[in-house]
Amino acid sequence: MGGLSVAWLTLIVLIPLAAVVVRSFEGGVGEFWDAVTNPQAVAAMRFTLIVSIVVAAIDAVMGVLIAWVLVRDEFPGKALVNGLIDLPFALPTIVAGLTLLALYGNKSPVGVNVAYTQAGVALALLFVTLPFVVRAVQPVLMSLDREAEQAAASLGAGPIYTFRRIVLPALRPAILAGVALAFGRAVGEFGAIVLISGNLPFKTEVASVFVYSRIESDSTTAAAAVSVVLMAISFVMLFGISYWARRAEKA
Amino acid sequence: MTAGRLSLRVVALGYLALLLVVPIGMVFYRALENGIGPAWDAVTTPPAQHAFYLTCVIALIAVPLNAVFGVACAWLLARYEFKGKRLLDTIIDLPFAISPVVVGLALILVWGREGWFASTSVIFSTPGMILATIFVSLPFVVREVEPVLREEGIDQEQAAATLGANAFQILRRITLPTIRWGLTYGIILSTARALGEFGAVAIVSGKISGRTETLTLYVEDRFQSLDLAGAYAAALLLALIAVAVLALMTILQRKHKDH
Repeated sequence: MGGLSVAWLTLIVLIPLAAVVVRSFEGGVGEFWDAVTNPQAVAAMRFTLIVSIVVAAIDAVMGVLIAWVLVRDEFPGKALVNGLIDLPFALPTIVAGLTLLALYGNKSPVGVNVAYTQAGVALALLFVTLPFVVRAVQPVLMSLDREAEQAAASLGAGPIYTFRRIVLPALRPAILAGVALAFGRAVGEFGAIVLISGNLPFKTEVASVFVYSRIESDSTTAAAAVSVVLMAISFVMLFGISYWARRAEKA
Repeated sequence: MTAGRLSLRVVALGYLALLLVVPIGMVFYRALENGIGPAWDAVTTPPAQHAFYLTCVIALIAVPLNAVFGVACAWLLARYEFKGKRLLDTIIDLPFAISPVVVGLALILVWGREGWFASTSVIFSTPGMILATIFVSLPFVVREVEPVLREEGIDQEQAAATLGANAFQILRRITLPTIRWGLTYGIILSTARALGEFGAVAIVSGKISGRTETLTLYVEDRFQSLDLAGAYAAALLLALIAVAVLALMTILQRKHKDH
């Protein structure tokens, strides 16, 4: 059974990924370098990284805020709001993109049009990455002992000071784990962006859309080269999280 | 109640409203603004019906395969110590970390006309779309079942073995009932992902209308053809499936906790 599982994993996951790496270096390191330093590819990768960092930062702030309200506040309909958080995970990404265009597209009923803009790309990424930080922080916040906060408050510390000095340090590992997942997702996202970005090279084109357009025009070597860079970023995130989680566990 | 608490609540709920609730409400409104009749007509055209059928076929093949592999892999990770276990653990998570576009490209490079296992019946047809779907939804069952197996331990399995049960009997009588809930969640999540995948399937399918179009590809096709009514109607159908999945998970988890 073990052998069969490994064989299956090799056929489905490893061989295809190996094919991407092999293809990217098929023309030698020189050609690989040319492909990843092509100005349009560089612009797409730079925009992807910048927008992913911005989105992950907003996720960190809003994720903690939403988790806080869901754990510490009480209001009617809270269970429903809590269930809503997972919707971006369940909703197909193409529907997410269409959804945002219906409200914030060129026929916007509220007069906000982010179609074909960098803000539109960020909005789509905020939508699909919303649950990561909330769901990472929520359980930690729930199990947090409130005595330290009460002690700080009774000693005259204000709510902001208490949050910064007592709550935030306890949440930090969860926030970082959530942010890393959100960032990784944002770097590779395709479906939610494809309708809203308009895919304008040097402006709203992200790396995944760049790879897609290269596949469509049969330049698979260039597509593979940029894919390898994307995979390298994913690996660093993935290994980074598990290494760092193990270290935190030991400490 | 303090003003600070109220303002936090307003900011959190306002953010969720502007990002999630109002946009999704808008799709429902757009899909149904001319009544249910036109929306129904839009999702029952022959290409739409075929897209629905193909989406179901792909999920019906990919999800059971993921379930069997997922249980086997979870078993391996929870019950055995071996060299390279951590590596296996990481590889299983890879599909979550890799862009769907890269998955599509990878499958073309292996199964395409000039690929390593060159074939004419995989890419631009159903087998390729199934492979793409298996890839992206692979980790769900493993990740749900493994912690359950680990937590339950091996006492019952060992007792059954001592009493003379064979491996198959142990699997059917002890292990499967133990992992029932984890397996159910894994299958539900895997199904939702299979029905909703876009990028990887878009690349390997060639997007041939009425032949290799799934529901998500149909949404894009209708949007790009400026048939917004059709796009909104199909999106509504997919959104309803997503909401049903969430509701099912919530109900099952509540039931599970009560036991």
